[in-house]
Amino acid sequence: MNVAKRTFDAVIVGAGGAGLRAALQLSEAGLKTAVLTKVFPTRSHTVAAQGGVAASLGNSTEDNWHWHMYDTVKGSDWLGDQDAIEFMVRKANEVVVELEHYGMPFDRTDNGKIYQRPFGGHSMNYGQAPVMRSCAAADRTGHAMLHALYQRNVRANTQFFVEWMALDLIRNSEGDVVGVTAIEMETGEVSIFHAKATIFATGGAGRIYYSSTNAFINTGDGVGMAARAGIPLEDMEFWQFHPTGVAGAGVLITEGVRGEGGILRNASGERFMERYAPNLKDLASRDVVSRSMVTEINEGRGCGPDKDHVLLDITHLSPETILKRLPGIREISIQFAGVDPIKAPIPVVPTCHYQMGGIPTNYKGQVVVPKDGNPNVPVSGFYAAGECACASVHGANRLGTNSLLDLLVFGKSAGETVVEDFKSGNLTLKPLPADAADVSLARINRLETQKGGTEVHDVRLDMQRTMQKHAGVFRFNDLLVEGVEKIKEVAEQAKTTQIGDKSKVWNTARTEALELDNLIEVAKATMISAEARKESRGAHVRDDAPDTAENPNGRDDKNWLKHTLWYSEGNRLDYKPVNLKPLSDDVDPIALAKRTY
Amino acid sequence: MTINRGRVRWQCRRALLELDLVFTRFLERHFDRLSDDQLADLDDLLRCDDYDLWAMVNGSKECGQERWQEMIALLRER
Repeated sequence: MNVAKRTFDAVIVGAGGAGLRAALQLSEAGLKTAVLTKVFPTRSHTVAAQGGVAASLGNSTEDNWHWHMYDTVKGSDWLGDQDAIEFMVRKANEVVVELEHYGMPFDRTDNGKIYQRPFGGHSMNYGQAPVMRSCAAADRTGHAMLHALYQRNVRANTQFFVEWMALDLIRNSEGDVVGVTAIEMETGEVSIFHAKATIFATGGAGRIYYSSTNAFINTGDGVGMAARAGIPLEDMEFWQFHPTGVAGAGVLITEGVRGEGGILRNASGERFMERYAPNLKDLASRDVVSRSMVTEINEGRGCGPDKDHVLLDITHLSPETILKRLPGIREISIQFAGVDPIKAPIPVVPTCHYQMGGIPTNYKGQVVVPKDGNPNVPVSGFYAAGECACASVHGANRLGTNSLLDLLVFGKSAGETVVEDFKSGNLTLKPLPADAADVSLARINRLETQKGGTEVHDVRLDMQRTMQKHAGVFRFNDLLVEGVEKIKEVAEQAKTTQIGDKSKVWNTARTEALELDNLIEVAKATMISAEARKESRGAHVRDDAPDTAENPNGRDDKNWLKHTLWYSEGNRLDYKPVNLKPLSDDVDPIALAKRTY
Repeated sequence: MTINRGRVRWQCRRALLELDLVFTRFLERHFDRLSDDQLADLDDLLRCDDYDLWAMVNGSKECGQERWQEMIALLRER
């Protein structure tokens, strides 16, 4: 079959914050750049980020990047690579000020500087007191950022391929990346994007879980494509959960509801947080609240016919208070739980929010894999940034407002690396292998011809329920062991998905089937990596790895201070060391310590 | 010009989960029965910014255009 071929200096997959930031770097340097995106760029999920972007500008309180580095390493539970973390926090001011110059409408102080607000986990003087480090544009920071970056890209003549879905990574016999295949939704035609550099910026795969705050587009396309092409995935057992998503829907109920006096109750109406956190009760930290909720559900005290959630009760607040202070939450509860919180409590469950792991990269945005004894050898022509990548700056747990910073810094860094390699002549257009599109065409053809197979919706739901039950916010050895077998079974089902609609153009059923191929890779990686890691660290908390004197918080540095690498082929696991050495010789490492707040 | 239903269906994929959930319900209940005129109204509405759209659906913002009102009402149905 004849497949159309397009040639670019660089092809970027994904037009959220990371993709747009990378694209800008390339287009402004004069590289011929294509950006592929499933949805219009300003409808990327970056839009949903509300909290802000961290930078130690010191506009509102005293601050410096050393403190930000400390907070980030500690937040990561020491699994973050300190070279990448140093790089990110030192670049923060530069990338934020750049955005300001692009016209991003940051909130301002009285004297006209960017206003900064406090955020959980960020501190001054190495954990001594809260610091004001988050730069925000009201509660629309991600939205404003994406619009500013998109406008700038239009100015720089970035070429967008909107409503194109990338299908597979193209690697030559040396393992070098030479482009991607993609399908244009409007025509159903598969094309080859042949490029000197390929940058993945496809975001996270939060839709692997049944309860997820992520929009439907977050199907981990880049992560799945990389895994299928033989690239290992790093630290996929680490997912950040938010304690209060609306049960069955996932929509976030902000911490502010508990701040206003919201109380969590079990099936018998008991305020159970009094048992787990006698002092802070419902205002304990996210992980403590999430684990307490799961314990209640697992021990049979959950609510509803399936005893699968708990209740967030604000009925004791006056209707005036709810209408005045929490109108958005009331609307969400009515819309998605069918409950007016003035009259009845809101059903909630810990909900998947952010993917800490991903495609392994270094601080330059180069994708790195183990080769000949070196754990971090760049894959020629391949780069990644943002939530799909693992630099690793978030390690085992991400600090709020570091995600927008991650995508700015590493989007730019990946772009800079490509531009440097391009200018030094290190980037060349390597020939396409003869079978460059075969894998993608075979996938499309299988969907066209599959008979007697499985339904995409059923397999996706099976996957999501399996992940939620077996690799949720609080993990148990027997459930994980069972989960590994179950997710492998679901993965088998995913191989025979069928679609009723065979139309060529705008076939949403086909798109969803192709997305499931990506999700299932991420689900396998998560379950298998989580089962294998026998300690608790950051967001990976195991019942059988509790807080002891020898292993504070259940963390076992002696055996588990290392990054997981999962290979799709054979579900093989490998490990590589954490880089505890900062980038600069004159910067002291942040020494291992117990993570307490 | 005829509007491709498949395209409009795909463009109901949004940046915010709140809207994805609202549109899932809408697609199941109403989408296949929309007239060509209604489809054109929906197509027009889908050009809105996601936060504006969500604000119109949840009632915190007035519906900006008369031609969107019917679709907003269908989206608000629980």
